[in-house]
Amino acid sequence: MAVYEQTYKRYAGPLTPEWKRFLVIPRHEYRAAFKSKLFTAFFVVCFVPLLVEAILIYLHHNANALGVFRLNVRELIPIDGSFFQTFVGLQGGFAFFVALLVGPPLVSRDLRNNALPLYLCRPFSRAEYVLGKMSVLLILLSLITWIPQLLLFLFQSYLEGFAWFKDNLWMASAIFIGSVVWILLLALLSQAVSALVKWRVIASALLLLIFFVPSVLGEIINQLFLTRWGSLISLGALMKSVLSGLFGTFVRASGHIRITDFDDQVVRDIVLYEPPLWCSWAVLFGVCAICLALLARKVRAYEVVR
Amino acid sequence: MALPATVQADLIKEQTAAEPAVIDLHGLSVSFGRRPILRNLRGDLRGKAIGLLGPNGAGKTTLIHTLLGFHPPTAGTAQIFGHDIALDAKQIKSLVGYMPERDSFIAKMSAVHFVRLMAELSGLPADAALERAHEALFYVGLGEARYRKLDTYSLGMKQLAKLAQAIVHGPKLIFLDEPTNGLDPPARQRMIQLIREIRDSGQAHIVLSSHLLVDVEECCDEILILRDGQIAVYCNLEEERRSNRKFLMLETRGDQSGFVEALANLGCEYALSGPQRMKIVLQDGVEVRDLYRLAAQTDLQLRRLSYKRDSLEDIFLKAMENGNGSL
Repeated sequence: MAVYEQTYKRYAGPLTPEWKRFLVIPRHEYRAAFKSKLFTAFFVVCFVPLLVEAILIYLHHNANALGVFRLNVRELIPIDGSFFQTFVGLQGGFAFFVALLVGPPLVSRDLRNNALPLYLCRPFSRAEYVLGKMSVLLILLSLITWIPQLLLFLFQSYLEGFAWFKDNLWMASAIFIGSVVWILLLALLSQAVSALVKWRVIASALLLLIFFVPSVLGEIINQLFLTRWGSLISLGALMKSVLSGLFGTFVRASGHIRITDFDDQVVRDIVLYEPPLWCSWAVLFGVCAICLALLARKVRAYEVVR
Repeated sequence: MALPATVQADLIKEQTAAEPAVIDLHGLSVSFGRRPILRNLRGDLRGKAIGLLGPNGAGKTTLIHTLLGFHPPTAGTAQIFGHDIALDAKQIKSLVGYMPERDSFIAKMSAVHFVRLMAELSGLPADAALERAHEALFYVGLGEARYRKLDTYSLGMKQLAKLAQAIVHGPKLIFLDEPTNGLDPPARQRMIQLIREIRDSGQAHIVLSSHLLVDVEECCDEILILRDGQIAVYCNLEEERRSNRKFLMLETRGDQSGFVEALANLGCEYALSGPQRMKIVLQDGVEVRDLYRLAAQTDLQLRRLSYKRDSLEDIFLKAMENGNGSL
């Protein structure tokens, strides 16, 4: 079927391996996403906290630099589990906004334009389609979360020595697991929302609502009923608990409320307990399962009217 | 040493028989909920271009979707080039191309980008996919517009872009679902011409679903007519036309007895359909001029002689009346 021969000819060349065909989708999606200068600029900004983190680690090990800035090493934030937890949380926030920009149109655009039959009439399954669309976010978010965090962990290990690396290897697994759980949740949620709603703006708004409305509701429940169980409906709070658990900073008794009468006499002292860690994991797992079920239902070549 | 012609012909016949059918239907049934859409479809389709006909709601599109693996069969199965649709779905999908009926594209993509993406999803490496995308778009006549965004295309151009994505990976079987829908006459002619070119290239089989009989008549050599989810007719149009050429209807004046006797001596079958009317099936080697000669010898006037001409429309209408799989 050469351009000038104008005849139909079958393709007889080599084919790509089936297992990596899903990667065609992210390659084409990135081309479209990075055409936007605004998105590219935002993506670059996502690396700024990582730069700050790298500088902080460097300052801890460079007396000359500390001298220049007239700083004492004790004035700096210590490089420990909390340090990495803080930055993992911060990058998680950036990851959320990247997901908000890239995620909603991924499936909705195909649904709106009836493009699914075109994907699924090829040697390309529904699972590969979902994996391909999800990997758009998984790869992009990995680049700003666990990959640079692990590189910085290695940087710190290099400067501190092998003994530090050996003693703190658990931090690397906490960084990896915490980040991967977060980006998986973001990718699944944005895909599910994208599959539910055909319009990008509405899908983005819905994704925002899913994160912020339950957080506010959870906080209202916490305040009204003097409890911490309301956090179970807030995805942000759930992730915070999971991260705390992974970094070993999770404390169940997270606060207490002292109720006094008009004479300032203590009437009641209430200790507030966070929900157990397994509950947070279970809710996150449940949310992911619902998203997968939604995707399995919506990602079809044609919807059958029974 | 060359084989004698008869031996060669036998060999070709054997090879054709050994080749798997393009589509082999084994009691295929599909239901949506409790509503049966396709019922116990049986037969093997071997044509270069198979026309899928039927009134709206007959199950044409559902049949294509089931063959593509979009709907699971509720009973029976089907094979495409010998591959079972349930067991070898991926293998089948690598052999077929599909042009859907409805508007299907990816917005905010240029045609060349879209067709390239579809080629890559079919397994072509990126560079080959790009090359084939350009070739396919030139082939369908969108060469000059290939860098334009698909959302800016006219309906006719979108149909051509859909055809381009269906053929970009060079499939062995192409499903075309209502390819001329909404096209103006020149665009329709262009589409028909492309389909015929693909058919005549001998590189791909075509299944053309349409409710426009003229499209099917122009492009297809076999037809499958569906009615209420069942096969009403499956026939080879060429054979049908050929058999029609041997079927004559005569209107006569005078005594027919001598003429019919002479016809019987020639080995021709005949049937008297009235005092001055008869139908004749010509045997091989008997020509129309032989009938004139016989009529002259038996002193019979031939007032009218006509071939039976069953157009596709006749076949279709009969199928809609009978619906029992026979003509």
